[in-house]
This record gives sequence, C-alpha cells and structure tokens, in this order.
Amino acid sequence: MHNIFALYPHQSQLELMSEPTTINIPIEDLTISQQMTLALVGNPNTGKSTVFNRLTGLRQKTANYPGVTVEKRVGKFVVDSLSFDLIDLPGIYSLSPNSADERIAVDVLLGRVVGTPQPDIILAVVDATRLYQGLYLLQQLAELGRPIVVALTMTDAAINKNIRIDTNALENELGGIPVSEIVATTGRGMAHLRSMIKKVVDGERNTSDTSFWPELRHSAKTLEKKIGNSLLTLTEIERAIIDGDPTAVSKLRSALGANADAQIQECRNTLCGNDPPIAVETRARYNWITKTLPQLETRAFAPIRWATKLVNWLNRPIPATALFFGLMAIIFQAVFAWATPLMDIIDAATSGLGVWIQNTLPSGVVSSFLADGVIAGVGSVIIFLPQILILFLFIIVMEDTGYLARTAFLMDRAMRAAGLSGQSVIPLISGFACAVPGIMATRVIPDRRDRIATIIAAPFMTCSARLPVYALLIAAFVPNSNVGFANLQGLVLFGLYMLGILGGVGTALLLKRSALRGPKPSFILALPEFHLPSLRTVLFKLLDRARIFLRRAGTVIFTVAILIWAMAYFPRSDSIEAERLNAQEQASAILADDVLAAEISSINNEAAAAQLAQSWLGRAGQWVEPLFEPLGWDWRVSAAVIAGFPAREVVVAVLGTIYAVGAEANESSLTDRLTSATWPDGQVVFTLPMVLGLLVFYAWCLQCAATLAVIKRETNTWRWPIFAWSYMTAAGYLGALLIFQIGST
Amino acid sequence: MTLADLKRGDRARICDIDTAQPSVQRLMIMGLVEGTELECLGGSLGGDPMEFLLYGSALSLRRSDAQHFCVIPAPVTT
Repeated sequence: MHNIFALYPHQSQLELMSEPTTINIPIEDLTISQQMTLALVGNPNTGKSTVFNRLTGLRQKTANYPGVTVEKRVGKFVVDSLSFDLIDLPGIYSLSPNSADERIAVDVLLGRVVGTPQPDIILAVVDATRLYQGLYLLQQLAELGRPIVVALTMTDAAINKNIRIDTNALENELGGIPVSEIVATTGRGMAHLRSMIKKVVDGERNTSDTSFWPELRHSAKTLEKKIGNSLLTLTEIERAIIDGDPTAVSKLRSALGANADAQIQECRNTLCGNDPPIAVETRARYNWITKTLPQLETRAFAPIRWATKLVNWLNRPIPATALFFGLMAIIFQAVFAWATPLMDIIDAATSGLGVWIQNTLPSGVVSSFLADGVIAGVGSVIIFLPQILILFLFIIVMEDTGYLARTAFLMDRAMRAAGLSGQSVIPLISGFACAVPGIMATRVIPDRRDRIATIIAAPFMTCSARLPVYALLIAAFVPNSNVGFANLQGLVLFGLYMLGILGGVGTALLLKRSALRGPKPSFILALPEFHLPSLRTVLFKLLDRARIFLRRAGTVIFTVAILIWAMAYFPRSDSIEAERLNAQEQASAILADDVLAAEISSINNEAAAAQLAQSWLGRAGQWVEPLFEPLGWDWRVSAAVIAGFPAREVVVAVLGTIYAVGAEANESSLTDRLTSATWPDGQVVFTLPMVLGLLVFYAWCLQCAATLAVIKRETNTWRWPIFAWSYMTAAGYLGALLIFQIGST
Repeated sequence: MTLADLKRGDRARICDIDTAQPSVQRLMIMGLVEGTELECLGGSLGGDPMEFLLYGSALSLRRSDAQHFCVIPAPVTT
C-alpha cells in the first residue's frame, strides 16, 4: 500500500478560507511502519505535561537523552488504530536555546537527536491567557513547514479573565494550522484534539511556506540557492544566521566552503546591522504579534475577585515570607507525622517477616540470607518511601499550583548569598527530610552550574535518617544539663543542624567559585497564576517519581544491602557455632524456664557478636582501625560506620549486634554497652570528644546509597556522585579528627 | 528612567533597550521589546527581583537586568 502522509489544512475547519494549493506528498518512512512520532512543544507552564498525561495515560516512561541530564518522557496513544509515539519536550520560548533542556527541545524538533526520530507532527501547546508570548514560538514552529496541530490550553482560565479568542482567525493568521481549544485539567476538548491529529495525518499538505519575518526567509533562500542540494532546511539556515547554531553553521561550512562564515555574516549584517540578531528578530516578530493580536483576542474588563485581591496581598514580601515559613513548618510536620506511623508499620512488617523466616527455616546461610539480606534489604528500600512520597506530594502540588515559582521569586535574594538562585530553595529545604526528593526536584533549575551546586549541597542538610544516630549518641553521651537557659543536648542537636547548613552553603559557594564558576546567572521566571492542583497530574507525577526512586535508588540500595550482609555473615566460624550450641545445651540443663529464655538470647547475642568480629566486616573494621584511631574510634565503631555506608541509620542496628545486645535492642541496653566499651588498655572508647567527632562525621559524610544513585541519575555521570562521596567523607573525617584531637588534649 | 526605577502600580512603556546582554535578549524573546507596556507589581524580599505584568501575565527579573530597559511612564488603565 502506498501511504499518503498529507497535511493541513483539513477541509472541515477551514472551509471559509480561500483554497490553498495542495500537493500530496508521500512519506517513505510510513510505508515501513505506521508508528508516527508526535512532539509536544510549548512555553513552560502551559499545561504541557497535563496534555501529555491526558493523551497517553499510564503508557509512558521517563529516561534521559543520551549524554545529557535532560529528562525524556515518551508515551504512546492510539487514534482510530493509528499508533503514535508522543515525546514531551522541555518548555521553550523560542528556537534560540538557552540551556541544555532547551537545546534538546530544539534539536529534537530539527531531527538532530540520536535515537529520537524527527517528529512527524508537532503538537504545539499554547496558553490561551498568554497568547502574546505563545505566538512568538508559534511563528517559528509554523515556519518549520512541518505538520502542526495547536492545542490552546487554559481556555477555562481565559473565560474567567474575559479573554475571548477567535480560533478561526488564529488558524488563518498562522497559515492554516488547525487549532483545538482544550481544558487539559478536565479533559474537555481532548476528543476534538485527537480527531485533529488524525485529520492532519489524513489531510492534505499546504506547500505555501509561511514566514512571519519575510526578510529573514529571503536571506535564507538566497543562501539555500548557493548550496544547491537540500542539506539544510530553511529554518536551519535561519538559525545559523540568527543564533550561529553550531550544527547548522558546520553544515553550511561543508556546503559553501571557506567563505561560509563570511556569507553568513553578510546576511546578518544586511538584516540586523550592528544590533544583536536575536534582538532584531524579537522586534520583527513582536511587531507582527502586536499588529495581529487585536484581531485574535479581545480582553474585556474582568472584575477583580476577592480571591485575586487576597492572592495579590499574599504576594507582598512580608505576608509572603510569613506564608512561606508557615507552609514549610506545616509540610515538615506532615512529612514526619504522616510518615512515622507508615515507617513503623513497614519496619514491624519486615522485621516480623524476618523473625518468622528465622523461626521457620533451619538456622543457617539460607535463613540468614533471606531474613537479614533480602527482607532487610527490601525493607531498607521501602522504609524511605512514605517520607519521600509525602515530600514529593508537597513539591508536586507546589509546582502544579504555581507556588514553586513564587518561592523561588521570594527567596532569590537570600539564596544569592550562597551563590545560588531562588530556584534552589525548595530542593535544599527538602534535604531536611530527605535529600532524594530534593535532588530530584533540582530539575526546575535551568542553569546547569546552579543545579549541580544545589545537588551537591542538598545531602549536607540534616535528613531524617541522621536523627536516629543523633538521638542515640546525644542521649547517651551529652550531659542533660543546662547552659544558661538552653539545654545542652538541645544545643548540640541545633549545632548539628547548623553544621549541615554551613556545610551545604559553604560547599555551594566553594563550587560556584571554582569548578562551577561562570557568568552571573540571571533570574528570569514567568510567575504563573495560582490555580488549584489537578489530582490527575499530581498522581501521575507522584507515580513517576516513585517509579524512578524504586528503579534507580532501589536497586542500588538493595545491592549494597546484600553486599554488606554477605560481608557481615561470611566467613562463618564453626567453633563459635559449636560453642553457642554447647552453651545453650548447658543452660537448658541447669536453668529454670523463667530465666532460660533470657540466658539463651544472651548466648545468641554473644555468639552473633563473635561471628561478626571475625567476619569480613569485622576484619575490615580491624583493618581500617589505624585510619580511624586518630578519631578515637575502635574497630567496632569503624565496622559499624563501614556497614552504614549504604544507609546511615543502619549503624544503630550494627552497633547493637557488634556490642552483643542484638540488632533490635532497646536504646538503654545499647547505651549501657557503649558507655562501658573500652580499648584493650582499659580506656573508655566513647568519650565526649570522640562522640562529638562521630556526630560531626555523621553530619557531613554521605552515607546514603540512595542519594548517590540519584546524583548519578540527575547528573548523568559517575563523576559527581564520586566527588560528593569523597568530598563529604573527607569533610566528615577531618571534622571528627579536629574535634577529637582538640577535645582530647 | 529604567524598569528598575518603577514602583508598585506604576505603568510604563519600553522605549529603548540595551540589547548587549544575553539575559536581556531572553527577556526580549519573552515579549519585552520597544513599545511593550507593562505594570510593576513590586519587588520581592529586599526589593529584588522585581515582578512585572505584561499582557496579563507576570514575569520576574532581577534589578540588574531591569536596568537595561529604558521606559517612559504610561497612563494607568484599570
């Protein structure tokens, strides 16, 4: 069968138009496959991802484009047995890219990204309330000469603001591109949009090439004639003239030879004189927009509602600041209040399952592997989920309502002190609950250097996994006395939080002054109006984040958990096991039932401690003891710290095992053991300087496989996670060394 | 007078732009060209960045960028 891929205008929508000349163009690709690629393009905050979710439902996946950290979201949908691949491109305002995200969007549109086919159809999303800005990109998209459908979103908001848009006039002014009015949040108009897409596939193609800046098109055509073959599209030549687009320029060089640059420059001079070409382009295009816009939309006076007045008042600096801190307090309250019961349930379920396995299966390598390896490993992955998901829920709602942009606007000045911009504030604050959602929320930061500095700073913030370690050590070793009116234990905890902030901010500053130095970033941000969150969008995004966490971080945490289990389990000493059985037998023979259980449990704990001491983990602790001795740590503490590298909160359980009180021991019995722990020469191990040093180590070191896995995913290289790990471990080590050495003299 | 001199509630029309900075060119792409009328919605904490309303949508930019846009006062239309 010979496929005809023909394009707009389609008859029904444009009957009123004068009939343009149409030619049917066969597209060879389509005879091979019916699969067509659609690219979703539009300004940021136009509801693009809501349209994406509406079209694809759950048939979507997220990955990275090769070599860059730009998220690639691809989904599938079917219209009348025609199957489409939908690519959600990063938001852009024009074809002149400013960041890696924007460059990918432009490159995909021009068919230059390896592994991503050039879109057969462009689905342009335009906010009906921001047609003025939207028309700029629409002009450039229409000039591509490729099939386009326009989805006019937020039409409900436009009606509320008394904005009326004449879609027929819009179609005509754009040269016959079909426009579909939709409300993505409710799904209204989606059926019409689908039928439009289908019609563009079935329809006929308008060959008259549209241009909204004829002088530029003319220049491009003059150059095109000199090239001879169709190596470049007109748009590519235009981008070479205006932006000096590297790919297009190098193609022109190979076609025109030595004087290519001179010819491009000549075009530039004729068009723009001495002005920057982009400035001249914006003047030409907005000239067309301000002339045309009155024919496309009417704005009647909209009465200002009390809700708008309230929002405007809340946007003023002082109420906005109060609101910001109030909201943050509520969010943290919620994260901890809601997550703790869920985490307790997960904890009880996994440890219950582990105990059940150990009681059911004969004790040995299989039962330990399942209980302490697999179950505990899976548990250590999902124990994070409640907190991460609740925090994500808040971040996504903030993003969806438009509040995220507001916080960035509000905190920009303050964050500049750390060399960052306002967009880093939510990722960093999230770090106080868990660095993982914080790091994943850095995608909103357009500047690559700011983004990486924020990613490296976020793990310094005191996350909730540090709290069990802090709680144990502070309660056990910091005197519960008052200094003036402040409680010493409270002061130490506060100091640790401050140390985290100091470490993060200091690191960001250091990075922005060295490896990530660059031109002062600007802060240009469209501030979307507040609107109620769409449940659908929020749930889809939440599901997406959860999937990414489980797949990326989950596999890493699980693998490392199994590895640590193996290190702690192997090799098994038969003599310790024989001794344990012997001791149990003797105890059963002489002890009465009421004390027997306690005695057996104590025998088991002693045996577990002995086994751990001669395991690879114990040996590793002994092996690195010289390294940690200047910090005042004996081999037991060292082994526990090593075991804590995949997930820092594990250290409490490992200390429990190592000090022979059992992994599930209550705090007071562990505290007793820790206080009486001594070096071989009888000196106390857990002195105050040593404990304070250990606390500083935990404040700064990066003992979290999940964070490392997420840094890898978000920077798309192992370089940054390796740097973050080494840097933070070194910072923690030096901090602990300093405190112990000064405190002990 | 530049955009940076505007106070909350002031309306002005852009009359001249120092186009050299890339960030200024980005703002031009977003619609801040000669002839554009906008309204100042005030500043953030510490007066920087500033917020402006153009064609019904809000945009924020730092003072250092706002200084590159010369404006003349425009009548207040409400």
